[in-house]
Amino acid sequence: MSGHVWEVVADSFMKILLPGLTITIPLTVIAFSIAMAIAVAMAMVQFAGVPVLKQLARFYIWVFRGTPLLVQLFVVFYGLPNVGILIDPFPAAVLVFSLNEGAYCAEIVRAALEAVPAGQLEAGYCVGMSYLQTMRRIVLPQAMRTAFPSLSNSLIAMVKDTSLASNITVAEMFMATQRIVARTYEALPLYIEVGLIYLLFSTVLTKLQQVGERKLGAYTAKEGR
Amino acid sequence: MILEVKGIRKSFGALEVLKGVDLQVDQGDVVAILGPSGSGKTTLLRCVNFLEYAQAGRLVFDGQPYDLSKITKKEIGALRRKTAFVFQNYNLFLNKTALQNVTEGLIVARKTPKAQAVEIGQKALAKVGLSDRADYFPSQLSGGQQQRVAIARALATGPEIIFFDEPTSALDPELTGEVLSVMRDLAEEGMTMLVVTHEMGFARNVSNKVVFMEDGVVVEAAPSKEFFESPRSRRTRDFLQLIQQE
Ligand SMILES: Nc1ncnc2c1ncn2[C@@H]1O[C@H](COP(=O)(O)OP(=O)(O)OP(=O)(O)O)[C@@H](O)[C@H]1O
Ligand SMILES: [Mg+2]
Repeated sequence: MSGHVWEVVADSFMKILLPGLTITIPLTVIAFSIAMAIAVAMAMVQFAGVPVLKQLARFYIWVFRGTPLLVQLFVVFYGLPNVGILIDPFPAAVLVFSLNEGAYCAEIVRAALEAVPAGQLEAGYCVGMSYLQTMRRIVLPQAMRTAFPSLSNSLIAMVKDTSLASNITVAEMFMATQRIVARTYEALPLYIEVGLIYLLFSTVLTKLQQVGERKLGAYTAKEGR
Repeated sequence: MILEVKGIRKSFGALEVLKGVDLQVDQGDVVAILGPSGSGKTTLLRCVNFLEYAQAGRLVFDGQPYDLSKITKKEIGALRRKTAFVFQNYNLFLNKTALQNVTEGLIVARKTPKAQAVEIGQKALAKVGLSDRADYFPSQLSGGQQQRVAIARALATGPEIIFFDEPTSALDPELTGEVLSVMRDLAEEGMTMLVVTHEMGFARNVSNKVVFMEDGVVVEAAPSKEFFESPRSRRTRDFLQLIQQE
């Protein structure tokens, strides 16, 4: 590769990283936080067997897991204006990513709740705690520990999926790269460059996952002290 | 009389497990419930503490009568506050340390101030000989230690009666002794206990009454000396003979 290519790559580094820091990461963090709230609520409703809400949760999960993310983005951003609902690109992306991720994570959390031994809940009752108290203090923390690796995977997948938001004009990292390619025609080095930046983000998250697992895992550690 | 159960009935689908069981426990009693596997002993304890719902029966606790078929959530809450349960497989809170296991019910359910709860918890752990394990998680304790923590947890809330469901059955033989000796200490202090057990030594030497169940009915209920020395029912005699052969 000629010196010119390296120049393009070096020049564009900040131009790609910056939208990564100001759009990709905020989009991921906000949408994932909302997704976790949705996931826990949907999982709890199913675990507790709340009538009606349970069916609604199943329906929501069925729809959002069964349709492509890209289609969901298009329906919300390009489709809803037909019925008079206009949402700006970034909030539209937050909405769709939250709902989509929430559906996947709800299943992860539900499976983890079901893996907690039934005796934990019974022991809570027997020391006088209510269902909700026992869920909040005993069952849910254990389930979240079990779910943590899967949820982390899901988060890492989502960071990469945010590139799809470029399709609804969100100016995140991938769109920034596309714009530079359109100007410089250096497709190969620039797409590799943005790929490496995604790799960097994923690697940081993987490291954080390991730290998190160690912290959360204190109670499963076998070694004495 | 602290606890009286009358005509308790429980079916799982078509299977009738409790066919009208009566039971009386006086203050300070240690009642051993014996009986072959599948006779409904666990189900009886679980119905009395509402981990299962009986279809019929009456319960009198502290002179207060309750109809088991229409018991309310509030009544269940009030009753559970006065009782405690020790499970066969301990069921310690896995995400809590030994001390937290003991204080959880005080802090969360009874709103005891934390410092006071910790003090009570430490005393309860000392009583079962586990002061030095307060900060250990269940996964770091032996089965016998876990069951002793479970007993400390039961004691901490100051129950009027403790239900035990085969507290030593999940333990290796060399670990049952430490749990039984804690239970013996409690008995000597006058703790009221209802104990499902296969430990004949405990039934004979520690408990003062024995209830023998078979096929969902109480076959014989008697003071333990009488039960072992002069059993009235033939089925009791058969059972005791079988046990002795083992
Ligand atoms: N949740 C349940 N659903 C269906 N059947 C049950 C359930 N719990 C218990 N049973 C049945 O009820 C009967 C009595 O069970 P229970 O556990 O009370 O016996 P047990 O006297 O405690 O026996 P063991 O000495 O083996 O512990 C058994 O036939 C058992 O299969
Ligand atoms: Mg049993």
